[in-house]
Formats: sequence, structure tokens, C-alpha cells
Amino acid sequence: MSSKLSRRKMLGGALAAGASLPVIHGLLPRDNGGPPGAGAMSGHAGHAGHEDFTPAGFASGATVDHRANGFDPTELLRDFDYGKTRRLASGRVVREWTIYAQDREIEVAPGVKYEAWTYNGRVPGPTLRAREGERLRIRLVNASEHPHTIHFHGIHTALMDGMPGIGENRGGGAIAPGEDFTYEFDAEPFGLHLYHCHVSPLASHIARGLYGAFIIDPKQGRSEADEMVMVMNGFDTNFDLANEVYAVNTVGFHYVNDPIRVGRDELLRVYLVNVLEFDPINSFHVHANFFQYYPTGTSLEPSEFTDTVIQGQGQRGIVEMKFPFDGDYMFHGHVSEFAELGWSGFFRVGDPSKLSAASAAAAYCELPWGGAAGKA
Amino acid sequence: MEAGTQAERLQGGLPAWLLGLLPLALIAAAIGAFALLGGPGLGDRTGPPVEEVAVERTVLRPGEIELTLRNDGPDPVEVAQVAVNDGYAPFTTTDGQEIGRLGSTTLKVSYPWIEGEAYEIFVLTSTGGTIDAAIPVATETPEADLGFFGLMALLGIYVGVIPVSLGMLWLPFVRRIDARWIGALIAFTVGLLALLAIDAGLEGLEIAAEAPGAFGGSALVFAGALVAYLVLAGIDAYLSGRRDRARSNGGSAAKGGLYMALLVSIGIGLHNLGEGLAIGSSYATGALALGAFLVVGFAIHNTTEGLAIVAPLREGDESSGGVRLRHLIAFGLIAGAPAVLGAWIGAAAFNPSLAALLFGGGVGAIVQVIVQIAPAMRDGAGRLLNPLSVAGMLAGIALLYVTGLLVSV
Repeated sequence: MSSKLSRRKMLGGALAAGASLPVIHGLLPRDNGGPPGAGAMSGHAGHAGHEDFTPAGFASGATVDHRANGFDPTELLRDFDYGKTRRLASGRVVREWTIYAQDREIEVAPGVKYEAWTYNGRVPGPTLRAREGERLRIRLVNASEHPHTIHFHGIHTALMDGMPGIGENRGGGAIAPGEDFTYEFDAEPFGLHLYHCHVSPLASHIARGLYGAFIIDPKQGRSEADEMVMVMNGFDTNFDLANEVYAVNTVGFHYVNDPIRVGRDELLRVYLVNVLEFDPINSFHVHANFFQYYPTGTSLEPSEFTDTVIQGQGQRGIVEMKFPFDGDYMFHGHVSEFAELGWSGFFRVGDPSKLSAASAAAAYCELPWGGAAGKA
Repeated sequence: MEAGTQAERLQGGLPAWLLGLLPLALIAAAIGAFALLGGPGLGDRTGPPVEEVAVERTVLRPGEIELTLRNDGPDPVEVAQVAVNDGYAPFTTTDGQEIGRLGSTTLKVSYPWIEGEAYEIFVLTSTGGTIDAAIPVATETPEADLGFFGLMALLGIYVGVIPVSLGMLWLPFVRRIDARWIGALIAFTVGLLALLAIDAGLEGLEIAAEAPGAFGGSALVFAGALVAYLVLAGIDAYLSGRRDRARSNGGSAAKGGLYMALLVSIGIGLHNLGEGLAIGSSYATGALALGAFLVVGFAIHNTTEGLAIVAPLREGDESSGGVRLRHLIAFGLIAGAPAVLGAWIGAAAFNPSLAALLFGGGVGAIVQVIVQIAPAMRDGAGRLLNPLSVAGMLAGIALLYVTGLLVSV
């Protein structure tokens, strides 16, 4: 939008030098030691309350209705879907899932509804977790109004790649509404991967919510830790090919309003995946701490000790750290725009024995193949 | 004849007022039935809700940006979140987050804006749609207190009353020059007014482009012009009727110079209303730097308007012979004072729909004045466009254009 009045536009700066009638601007002395950017507001008596100095956030009062959404990002954080297993005569484990592609309206920011396309009614889709070398069978049932696939990042045959145009004559390729298809392949290589729909228009199918994390644990397992999944995503709510809301695990600012409880000196392992559409890069930064970073999780040796990593679309990696001090520590995308449009959260570090029962239970679940994702 | 009497018989001697009301009653009944039956055959409108929202007004206070939104579309719109420069910011509303059709609400957004910076705002609705607003240069909006209204009045006097009055100092010159040049002077006024009308019309259309379409948008400019033209024509017809009666009682004949000068004053006054509106609004949004240069610019620019007023007051004309100082003061106020009113409205309660209507009114008034005074350009052969009048009009256009450069840098 340009200016309201043509005359105004023309008179603007060119005449500024001749200004003779003074206007009282927001140049009054700062009275409360607020940040420099808050100078303009400090002269406003009765208003310069705490609210003025909090970071960017949504209007207070309204919250996202997680019940109506069908998922809560706090629970989704430590929700790993191991599927169902059975053992073949050869002794090999077959791990099976059924995933439904569904159209579903979700609330991505308080009061903002978005017509999402989902796997199993949630965005991101279920975090599928298997162990290296297992045989995986994932049945996709398309209950959506649009054709979809599941394209897994991994090593598999062309038919199992979830690519439209490949394997339609054998029931694969693009799966039409009402149809289903079972993807079957070996769990390899170990690491942190992802899956998403690969039907064109691709950006649209992915941005609508058809993606999820896919973890293949190494045979020997990883060390015990409080594990969680963070899928960095965003929503183009007005379909202008740019995101209006940024988040981890869908709901903007969720972990600001409901900080992630973690135990002091406990090993924290974050499975970090970037599926953000329309913006070429995303990043993850943690305050007051450093972490070991394992790109794609395909090595047991970290590649970097840092506090900020950048991920392009489809990139992912494992973050491991311990918080030595109690308190609230922010984590956010270091693209400031993303951070202030929702991609921000807090870790609340405290005494492990005082963690809330729910998060403690989620934090220390037993892994189905032995060992534990947390403290034994 | 036969058909006529049959029709009369059909009407059966019903009173005329009943015949007039009958169709209205039937229309009301039809609409009622249509609404009761839920619009049979139409079904629901297809497609997602249409969200059209205009940002009518932006006010900046320390730590706060206030946006007045008007729902311009057919469906209610619910405001969900507001982001300033790509960051969500907390806000409150005066009339709730849901805006009904043609309704409005004001958002008070908490944001530590900085003087002189530019801001882009998007309002996210419940459907995920966005309403964009821009603040090209942030500066505090003046509070509309007594001192502010005084300042706006002073501004209006600077750019309206004083320059017009100064321009009227050409009266002695106008009265001295040869009678043959009077037509040229009138033509000069006509040319000047014509360019003013074009300028006002274009400015009105530009403002209307940002006004909610539901209130008429650009059509408001034309409606304003039509209304002003008709009202002024009606007043003129009324006054002419009185003058005719006066003439039969031995009063003066043709349209007097004083009368023409009054008409020009009214036309220019309505134009200056729009001008004041533009200036007041610009000042309120901080885009207008008030200064000596601007005031000088307007003084030169608007003095030409003063000259246009006194041009018809020629020597030898019966009525203009009786011109008194009080007449001149009245003309100066009629032509200049509306700038004060315009500045008040523009600064305190700017509304693009109202502004478009007022700008249109200025155009209509000027056109009416041109129609009124143009006959005085005729030469001995009765030609409207003669060498002298064309030269006069061109001079008027040129002078207004050149002095206009002073205020539109």
C-alpha cells in the first residue's frame, strides 16, 4: 500500500527541512531501563507494563484448541510410533503401520484455521521409529479427496519410492482417493530421516502438512537420553507462497506458552527435521548452551559442537546437549523473522525428580527392542 | 379514448396515494416471502468466504499502533492475529475481533515502533487470509486536543484565507484595465478553475481507490460532483428567480459581477475544503512537514484563486460598482475558510469515503461555477472560444500549473 494522499506523498521528505512547527515525538526520557527499542513507548503513562517488553507473541487470551486439533505439540514431542511387530520364521522382525491420509482443519495459531492435509490426522505425521535392519511395511490408506503418496527418505526399490508415475500398474505411484498401497523395504541406513507426499504440485502437498519424521535406530542403540522430535514447519495460510506462521511441530509459539520440561544435567536428544516450504533455509539455535550435532544421524560421532545449525529443506540432524543450570532457556529459528512469526520456544530446566509426572513418563519410556529412551 | 376510459374504470376511483403505495406493499410482501422461504432455488453460495477489509485509519501512539478496519465484503471477518514487520504482536480490539458486513473495529497493537522507520503490518484472519497495511514513515499522530485544532485552524488560514485574500488585492488593477480585457480575465479564471477541477477529481479518485468499495469507492467522487453541481445550480435558479422579480420592480439586469464573484468563491471554497482535508490528513500521519516554504508555496498558489474571485468585478458593472470591503471579506472567508474545516476533518477523523465524496463535491462546484461565468467570455460576435478567451484560459492553466509546482515538489 502506498500513501493515502498524493499530495502527502509529494510534500513528504522534500519539505522536511523547512519544518518549523514542532511536534512532540516519542523522545521523552526512558524511565524504566527498558531495551533501547522501547524508548518510544516509555512516555506513555499507565501503559508501560510488563507486556510491552515481552518478546513477540500472539495476542493474549486466546489459545489453540488442541483437543479440536486432535493433537497437542507437547505430547507430540515425545510421541514415537513403533507400529506393530511380528517375527518371521527366519527370525527377522517385520514392523507394520497403517497410515491414513486425511483432510483436516487445524488451528495453527490461536484463532487461525488452516485446511491441512494430514497423515493420521496430525501435523507433523506420526514419528515412525524402527531399528536398523528390520523389514518395514507401511500401508497408506488415502482417505483424502486428493491423490497422495508417502515418499520415504531411505534406501529402497523404485516401486517403494512413493513417486507418481512409477509403479501405477502395480498399484503404486500416486494413490487415488479411496485406494491404498503398502510400502515395504528394509530399515536402512540408520539415522534420522523423513517422509512426505510427493504428488505435484509438490510444494502445495508438502506445505499442507503431509510430512513426518522417520527414525531408524542403529542396531547397537544410542545412549540413554530424554528424546524428542522437533519438525520445523510453517503455514502459508493465505496461499501467497510465503508462510504466515512458523513453528516447530505446527503450533506457533506453543513451547513459549508451554515450555518443554527437561531435567538438569540430563542428556537431551532432539531429532530435528526441517520441512519448511517456500523459505530456502531454516535454523535451530539454543540459548545459554552448546550441543553436539549429528547431521542426518547417520554417524555415531558428532560433527560439530555448536549452538546454531542451519538446515535446508529436507535436511535433518540429531542434537544432543545437557543443561547445567536451572531456568528457562529459549530455542528458536535464528532467522529472526521466523522466530517472531512463531518459531520460538523455551526449555524449562529443573530438578529431574520434580518433572511433572506426564512429561517424566513420556521422557523415560522403554524402547521396544531393549534399552531406554531416557534414564533407566 | 376508449382505452383511456377503460383504464380509468379499472382504477375504480381509488385515491392516488393508494395507487402509489400498492406496488411498494407488493414488493415488501415478495421480499418477505423470499426471505421466509430462504431464497428458494438459490442454495448456498459456493466457495470459501470472501474477506475484503479496508484499513480506514492508522494512528500511532508511543508503543502502540492503532488500525481502524472496515469490513467491505459480503461475509463477516474475524481478526485472529496481527504481525508488525514480520513479528506477531499482542493487540486488543474496541469492538471485538469479529467484524460484520460494513462494520468496523479498531485494533490497538502493542509495538515499540521507532520514529522515522517504515512498517508493514498484516492482520491474519480466522481463515488464514491477510489484510495488509503500511506505515511509510512512522511518527506520532497528534492528539486531537484544543491546541491541535488551533494549529489546524492556523494552517487552514495560512493556506486558505490569507492567500485568497491577498489575491483579491488585484481588484483595483482589474477595475482599471480596459473593458475589452474583461473577457480575457474571466477566461483566465475559467482555465484556472478547470485545472483545479481536474486536480481535485484525480486526487479524489486516488483516495477513493483505498476506500471500501461497499460505500461506493470511486463512484463517490462522481456522486459528490453531481450533488454539488445540482445543489449549486438549484441555488442559482432560486436566486435568479428572485432577481427576475427584483428586475420587474426596477432592479438591475444581467448577472452582476458581485454575483459571479460569489459563485467563484463558493466553488473555490468547496475545492479548498478538499485541499484542507488532504493537508490535515497528511499532517496527522506525519507525512507533511509544515514549514515556511510550504506556507509560501500555498500563498502563491492560492493567491491565483483570489484573482479568480475578483476578476468578474469589473469597472462599469452596475453591481460591482457597489462592491464594499465587507463583500471582499465575505468572499475571502467563503473561499478560504473551508480549508480550516477540511484540515480539522482530515486530521481528526480522516475517512477515505468521506474524503472522496468531498473531493467530488469540489469538482461539481467548480464545474457549476465555470458554466455560470463562461458566458462572460463571449466576444462581440458571441463566440465563447475567441482568441482573447483562449489566451486567457491558457494563461490561467499555466499559472496554476506553475504555482502548483511550488506545493507539489
